[in-house]
Amino acid sequence: MSPETKTGHVGRSKRRNQAIAFGIFRVLGFVVIAILFVIIGFIVIKGAGAISWEFLTGMPSEGGASGGIFPAIVGTLCLVAGSVLISFPIGVLSGIYINEYAHNNWVVRFIRIMNNNLSSIPSVVFGLFGMSLFVNTLEWGDSIIAGSFTLALLALPLVIRTTEEALKSIDDSFRQGSLALGATKLQTIRRVILPMAYPNIITGLILSIGRVSGETAPILFTVAASFLSHLPGSIFEPVMALPYHLYVISTSGTDIEASRTMAYGTALVLVAIVLVANLVANALRNFFGNKVKMN
Amino acid sequence: MSKLAAKDIHFYYGDFEALKGITMEMTAHTVTAFIGPSGCGKSTFLRLFNRMNDLVDGSRMTGLLSMDGEDIYARNIQVDELRKKVGMVFQRPNPFPKSIFENVAYGLRVNGVKDSGFIASRVEASLRAAALWDEVKDKLRQSAFSLSGGQQQRLCIARALAIEPSVVLMDEPASALDPISTAKIEELIFELKKDYTIVIVTHNMQQAARVSDKTAFFYLGELIEYDDTKKIFLNPRVEATQNYITGRFG
Repeated sequence: MSPETKTGHVGRSKRRNQAIAFGIFRVLGFVVIAILFVIIGFIVIKGAGAISWEFLTGMPSEGGASGGIFPAIVGTLCLVAGSVLISFPIGVLSGIYINEYAHNNWVVRFIRIMNNNLSSIPSVVFGLFGMSLFVNTLEWGDSIIAGSFTLALLALPLVIRTTEEALKSIDDSFRQGSLALGATKLQTIRRVILPMAYPNIITGLILSIGRVSGETAPILFTVAASFLSHLPGSIFEPVMALPYHLYVISTSGTDIEASRTMAYGTALVLVAIVLVANLVANALRNFFGNKVKMN
Repeated sequence: MSKLAAKDIHFYYGDFEALKGITMEMTAHTVTAFIGPSGCGKSTFLRLFNRMNDLVDGSRMTGLLSMDGEDIYARNIQVDELRKKVGMVFQRPNPFPKSIFENVAYGLRVNGVKDSGFIASRVEASLRAAALWDEVKDKLRQSAFSLSGGQQQRLCIARALAIEPSVVLMDEPASALDPISTAKIEELIFELKKDYTIVIVTHNMQQAARVSDKTAFFYLGELIEYDDTKKIFLNPRVEATQNYITGRFG
């Protein structure tokens, strides 16, 4: 066989392999999108019937089989806001410490390993821990604040890691450029590095909102009430929350079949809240991204 | 008196000895070029003068480095104060993701200058000194990233000049640029030596010959030869220098 035909042959099989590989990637990509659409479509079709002004703004009655889910919406919003307010500053500052200040020694490696371990602990364990620390030891009782702290612990590793990654992705030449002009490390971080890292740090915010708003186990023992016909008066009172409400009306009550529609309606609202939160966070991300480019 | 002086400088990255006893002096208002093959220690040596190597974990230095007769590694030296006096231009243009104006103003702002009139006048003067003013005067509020690579590098020079250093260190400032931008930077260096003491690391022999008054040839962490540029290129004392500048190795 001449060398020419040989290479021609190799060229053909190369292209065939490439076509097969891309075909598989494409199919798998579509499968992921399809799964997402099926789930959302399913919830929308089953739950849209339950959505009404009364459902969104009314108090629940008959153990959730009728009435509204307003207290659960308020509760979930409170818990998301509370946990983000707690976990975000702590997480971002820790991430800054690990990536910018700490030298790469065994302490940092230990923190990083522990942080990864923390993020793989089952959420129900966070619930138990939150109950024993915030609810019992600190005597906050079942309350928004106990639940927010518990969820914040859950979100913390995620925030720390995304912050660290966001900072790591910024080229050292920017740090050196700033330091070489007589800026201190703190000035460099505040004026150059953080503005560049905001878009990616906000990705951490998006991820943690998604995670926190859907969790049931950590709030089970720390904040969630199965049934309340009023809104909480302070952060030291328990609230209802959407994921837990969904669980309650799907598994208990006198007439589970009758409350099915309400359950799907609740799921739809939960998904919508997460989606809106993501859109807002995305808008923030773009806002900071543009600021970085323009200023 | 010499502007910068190094006496028996040894520098280590961990166990690796990158500089093996460098002693040399640089005069004010001259351009000194550091040449030598990759890994010869010339960039490491350059970065000692604004203490940029302080950022490298596990590095250490022995010997005496002084500017205007003052030990710049003495305990009482504030590194950020030193870096105001010793500016630096890096190999790749590294403007901040800010406007052209804010890039030049940055050094003033971080050093506590608040007077906006003064800042505006320093920004203009620095951009003029970096031969960039005419190209950017109508778009000072635009992002620095909108400039070409060569313009970005001149912006970085303007940024370094804004805080009025007396020494400017340049670490292969034109190696990432096209020939026309390179020529502009070289012209600029020639202009700048009236007001500044310039030390430039370069891989480009012709560039060293064109812009510098003095040339130092480094090889394997040692200073092999240091003399007037003319002498180094026309009649070097050491054979290794001769071989390097004629392209026989490196």
